[in-house]
Amino acid sequence: MAHALKGRTAIVGIGTAGTGEAPGRTAIELLAEASLAAIADAGLKLADIDGLFAATSTHAFPTLSVAEYLGVKPRFFDGTNVGGSSFEMHLLQAALALDAGLCDAALICYGSNQRTAGGRLVSMSEPQWHETPFRPRHPITAYALAASRHMHQYGTTRAMLADVAVAARAWANLNPAAFARGPLSRDDVLASRMISDPLTTRDICLVTDGGGACVMVRANRARDLKHKPAYFLGGAGAQWHRSIAQMPDLTVTAASDSGPRAFAMAGLAQPDVDLVMLYDAFTINTILFLEDLGFCPKGEGGRFVADGAIAPSGRLAVNTNGGGLSCVHPGMYGMFLIIEAVTQLRGQAGERQLKKCDIALCHGNGGTLSSQVTALLGSDAAL
Amino acid sequence: MSTTADAPSGPQAQFLAHLKDGRFMIQRSRSTGRYVFYPRIAIPGSGETDLEWVAASGLGTVHAITVNRAREGAYNIALVDLDEGPRLMSRIEGVETVPIGTRVQARIVTLEGEPAIVFDPVGEKN
Repeated sequence: MAHALKGRTAIVGIGTAGTGEAPGRTAIELLAEASLAAIADAGLKLADIDGLFAATSTHAFPTLSVAEYLGVKPRFFDGTNVGGSSFEMHLLQAALALDAGLCDAALICYGSNQRTAGGRLVSMSEPQWHETPFRPRHPITAYALAASRHMHQYGTTRAMLADVAVAARAWANLNPAAFARGPLSRDDVLASRMISDPLTTRDICLVTDGGGACVMVRANRARDLKHKPAYFLGGAGAQWHRSIAQMPDLTVTAASDSGPRAFAMAGLAQPDVDLVMLYDAFTINTILFLEDLGFCPKGEGGRFVADGAIAPSGRLAVNTNGGGLSCVHPGMYGMFLIIEAVTQLRGQAGERQLKKCDIALCHGNGGTLSSQVTALLGSDAAL
Repeated sequence: MSTTADAPSGPQAQFLAHLKDGRFMIQRSRSTGRYVFYPRIAIPGSGETDLEWVAASGLGTVHAITVNRAREGAYNIALVDLDEGPRLMSRIEGVETVPIGTRVQARIVTLEGEPAIVFDPVGEKN
């Protein structure tokens, strides 16, 4: 039986700002602009916001900074920062708080000027003393180590990794808002510069600027607002390690724990899902998460993606915005999984719109394959 | 052998002091025989605090490896499974890379002014 939280709340507004390049603007300016856009999209006013959820790479106390900047006085707030998956966790926290009546309108928000401020992935804020002598370049080193192990254990090849990037680009080419567009072949990926074996520049996500936000309310109120609600159907998080050296099995992520619990809360299974949004900071992520979330058997992720299964007109729609690999990745990408899922559930995705999209899975990842949070969203038809 | 509990400093400082003296020591629970690395105040998950320092065999197996292609040169970073069980991050010396499964032996070197554990391939594979 589905959980009591299923369908009790919904996302009613989404907004972005400065995705791609936003020179001259700060992280919180982008966050605030995206937040105001999401609130307006919901047909609400800033003063309606009484729940605040935020995590950024630049703020130690994100909800304090955001509440002050926007001038809101939230009754409930949560600044959980588990990396890029924080926003999927915030969906669950907001659903709980809204359902319990602790707040009535929840804003979940993010902003970063990572591309124009430095042009590099922001590294772990907390160096691990037992790792630093070996000069790992996290997060890339950690994901490269996981990829090396997956290749060793399951025969996954660099060409299979490349096909993840090729599929993402093919979707990006259908999305005018995607930052990286244009032809990209398997050979292009294989010929690109090696950064950390086996990952090349094309196996690694973009570094962009961008703000993103969404607004959640209880389902009864959602039905009276402007857009088709994207109902929160289920969500769950799992975290098993901080440092890649402590990951129990480099080929099995905690998505294998968060996924089943999110599906159970929603009373759904993999064949019900129309859209799969996966945190593809690196090509190996997509393969690992397809396996761990049950879309293919463990070890088969590479072969699963190698026949165009996740490209446009494939068997499974994955990362239809172009993903972190080709659409947008301002340091923490999790918010943008949600924004694309809502866009598809509303039927507003233009040329890339799926024929049928009633159930979307968003899977966030944070740290170095460390925190895993799965959320299921759905249209009216999913209730 | 000193234990973690009766020492004036914490396990991290004790480990580094051993390393400065040229010893690669790891912690083991007296009651369960389980080893842990990096050094901690208890065995993670089960919580035993009866930890003692024992000399690591220094033998291990490469579990995963990458070569960082930095502009200033390429160097590898590996995860090594010690024969005692724990896994640690390190470097395989004298080679650009080695196959996963390569047997390796620990050695203490100085990296950026501090003692650190690196590994050399020992030929044998498993």
